[in-house]
Amino acid sequence: MQLAMHLHHLLYVAAGAPGSSSGTPYWNHIINLGALTYGLAAIGPGIGIGLIFGNTIQSIARQPEAAGRVTGLMWIGFALTESLALIGIAVPFFIK
Amino acid sequence: MSHVVAASCQNAHLFSGCGFPAPSIEDFYFTPLFKIGSVGFGKPGLLLLLSALIVIVFFWVAFHSPKLVPRGAQNLGEMGILFVRDQILRPQMGKKGDKWLPFLVSLFFFIWVNNIFGIIPILYFPAMAKYGFPVALTAIVWILYMGLGIRHQGLGGYMKALTVPPGSPAWILPLLVPIEFFSNVIVRPFTLSVRLFANMLAGHVLLLVFALATWYLLSLSIGILYSATSFVVLILVTALEVLVQALQAFIFTILTATYISGAYEAAH
Repeated sequence: MQLAMHLHHLLYVAAGAPGSSSGTPYWNHIINLGALTYGLAAIGPGIGIGLIFGNTIQSIARQPEAAGRVTGLMWIGFALTESLALIGIAVPFFIK
Repeated sequence: MSHVVAASCQNAHLFSGCGFPAPSIEDFYFTPLFKIGSVGFGKPGLLLLLSALIVIVFFWVAFHSPKLVPRGAQNLGEMGILFVRDQILRPQMGKKGDKWLPFLVSLFFFIWVNNIFGIIPILYFPAMAKYGFPVALTAIVWILYMGLGIRHQGLGGYMKALTVPPGSPAWILPLLVPIEFFSNVIVRPFTLSVRLFANMLAGHVLLLVFALATWYLLSLSIGILYSATSFVVLILVTALEVLVQALQAFIFTILTATYISGAYEAAH
């Protein structure tokens, strides 16, 4: 119980004083929920983009003459995957 | 600049007592400069009109009297049109899609010029960072591909082409059809518009953070070192923005081409 209270106080101080905005009003003083949201949202696309580029590098190493086609498809895949992470960064701005 | 700094914080530098003037959503709200009737024209709206003007004037100058051997602006114009035709149109639709070339060229260059305004001095705002503008473009694209699909394949045929992937067993259809319908008819316009919007929003916020940090850290102490570092990072982020702007215009256009080609024939 004491430990929880100390931890709570620690997070209160670490997360910056009252006056930090965004996040729901209930958790304002503990952690910035918008930043946490984006952090979680970036896990999947991070893995996905790594897969896309890794596979592109492998395929170009196997067959260099296909580099042009593969690179074009890589950019399309990158943008589609990236968009999920970016929806994660934009949502806290307009959902209070 | 519309950035809101507290009145007592005119000298917002490190160690001066004011907090870091962090960028917020307020930086994306602009007061209208003038109103026509009840329609207000602020900075983003005027930038949109300016980019449309630039695209129209450029292509008119390039092609109003085309020569067989291109000179000057016609060279650039031809490079642009051939890029859209060979990298975006032909791979998705083949030769018979050539009648969509004017639409796709306009879309690509309109979005790209709007995005570039995010790094042009004095302007410094990517107009697509206001959500209403990508929504308008996406509405055009959505009505286009839904209307074309219904006209060419009939309502039932187009719904079948959208929701039933070829070769799927019959027992999974009750699960698959609602998911595919939701994904292709409702989520597609949402992700198309939000992808462009969020890329421009995030890029603009990144530029704002590092530009404000350069200014804020500029104090006659260790702050100068941090400020110089922040300035270098600002330049790198601007270079990244150049890539992202062109890429997002390309992606929007190529997805439009994909959706239109999917309306003409069922996906194979």
